[in-house]
Amino acid sequence: MAEVVLRDLSKRFGDTVAVDGIDMVIPDGAFVVLLGPTGAGKTTTLRLIAGLEKLDAGTVHIGGRDVAAEIPAQRDVAMVFQQYSLYPHLSVRENLAFPLKSPILKTPKAEIDRKVAEVAEVLQITHKLDNKATALSGGEMQRVSIGRALVRDPSIYLMDEPLSSLDAKLRTDLRVELKRIQASLGATLLYVTHDQIEAMTMATHVGVLNEGRLVQFGSPREIYENPNSLYVAGRLGLPRINVLPADVFGGVPDGVTQIGLRPEHIAQGEGQEAEVIRVEHLGDQARLHLTLKGHAITTLTDPHQDYAPGAHIKIAPRNPLCFDASGNRIA
Amino acid sequence: MSAHSITEPSSRQKWVAGTLVILYALITITPLIWILMTGFKTPPDSISYPPKVVFTPSLEGYVNLFTTRTRVSPEALAALPPPANFAEEIVRNRNMVIAGPSKFGERFMNSVIIGFGSTFLSIFLGTLAAYAFSRFKIPLADDLLFFILSTRMMPPIAVAIPIFLMYRNLGLSDTHLGMILLYTAVNISLAVWLLKGFIDEIPREYEEAALIDGYTRFQAFYKVVLPQAATGIASTAIFCLIFAWNEYAFAVLLTSGTAQTAPPFIPTIIGVGGLDWPAVAAGATIFLLPVMIFTILLRKHLLRGITFGAVRK
Repeated sequence: MAEVVLRDLSKRFGDTVAVDGIDMVIPDGAFVVLLGPTGAGKTTTLRLIAGLEKLDAGTVHIGGRDVAAEIPAQRDVAMVFQQYSLYPHLSVRENLAFPLKSPILKTPKAEIDRKVAEVAEVLQITHKLDNKATALSGGEMQRVSIGRALVRDPSIYLMDEPLSSLDAKLRTDLRVELKRIQASLGATLLYVTHDQIEAMTMATHVGVLNEGRLVQFGSPREIYENPNSLYVAGRLGLPRINVLPADVFGGVPDGVTQIGLRPEHIAQGEGQEAEVIRVEHLGDQARLHLTLKGHAITTLTDPHQDYAPGAHIKIAPRNPLCFDASGNRIA
Repeated sequence: MSAHSITEPSSRQKWVAGTLVILYALITITPLIWILMTGFKTPPDSISYPPKVVFTPSLEGYVNLFTTRTRVSPEALAALPPPANFAEEIVRNRNMVIAGPSKFGERFMNSVIIGFGSTFLSIFLGTLAAYAFSRFKIPLADDLLFFILSTRMMPPIAVAIPIFLMYRNLGLSDTHLGMILLYTAVNISLAVWLLKGFIDEIPREYEEAALIDGYTRFQAFYKVVLPQAATGIASTAIFCLIFAWNEYAFAVLLTSGTAQTAPPFIPTIIGVGGLDWPAVAAGATIFLLPVMIFTILLRKHLLRGITFGAVRK
């Protein structure tokens, strides 16, 4: 395992800037999650570290060594692709053993058998080991693809939305398992996801990308509680943060034009009167959709509380996040 | 697709289609069966009119194909010791003795060496070139590909005279190497184009995965790309072999002895001791076998190869 340092990482494809001067330190043993919408440069960042794309500018250091001149095989990285890319002509077992048999690792046969069996056990694919890779379901393929990375002990694991094609239960199981493996191995991991729960539960650090730039980097709590812009605030949180003009509630510092209110940052029973549009019961919580002076607001409420549509309740902000006109955080 | 899908043809449609296919197969296979039969007829049976469908099989055609014979007087024949084998016996019935082996075996081996040699070389070079065209940014790639294809836009024999002169000066006339190079040059455009199509269909992600898994690009090529291109390689190889195997015009022009292939040799049998149709038919039958065996061995791949691109898996 190793520390990975990105300096001024840049890549363009034709006229499109995919990655624009990213500076980031991925500490040894960290689980770093990259967040951002499609096209923000998450996948390109992974590919630049892996050596699948040539850098236009900047440097990548893995374990202190500049890897610019190294081919992917020499960089000692393992990657899980979004489209599983299992070798279709090989069995599941051969797919898992493939990296171990590489000329760089040249693992002894007994060791290969042991590691493959171990990883198959963790990923619950032991009974499929002798199947052709193409004779699996999507979820199974994705697990094999994760397994192909886990059999190795690389400087860094790069994972591109590895859990996105799995069903909810398996996703939860694997999320826990992946975090456990990462923690027990002390592995360094760079992980791309859209999923807030994955980001919040697994990450030691979160990097938020926007149009190829790293706009904020910090612990998940820091990103959630202390976002430096409206954009970052909107990346985490479900239901999404409510964005309202500053004058709806008033009482904000000068220069603030918009406030961000997370659903849990709305106090009920005081302040302005809002109308209930509908209530969504999710079991452990209920989401309350309200409208206030024409603005839609979502908040959380006691699941046993029943509001009829059209009812009126009073709400007030608690610790709002304040932003200026261009979306930068003020207070 | 389920068994009761509406896109499944009805049993009546299947029956009609099956009948048509069998009829067509019978029509196309008739000349082949006729050649096979003629090979086992005696010379009089082979030219009898009306043609004989039922006949007593004889190996005379095959004996004549593999031997040269001389006519001897009945007295000399009677003075000989009893025939040592069935071939000798067949030949003596025609008042002849076996003088030695014919050149058919040698010519057949030439065909094997040249046919398979040029097929191997075409596939080897074609696969590498197709991979490069498919994966790398090559300056003027489209123009180069068009140029490669354009070499097939005229019949190869149109350049026979320049090639004949060139080969004479280079000492390649009537050599195995010369014929292998020539057939490779003709086949390589087909090989590059067909194989590029197959390799284009193999997603790059597999190679990227292999690169990350600790392999070099070349190792990724032969461990990951080649096995998946096997279908394309097999069907391309069959097309190349069929061309090289059957080629007649260049073989007549450029070979006469050492490197003569079977196609120009078989007709020369006709001139030896009258119209020996059974021997010609026997030669044609044996000549068919290698390509037939090769095709049957690669049949599974060939079917997938011909329909490739029709259904994306």
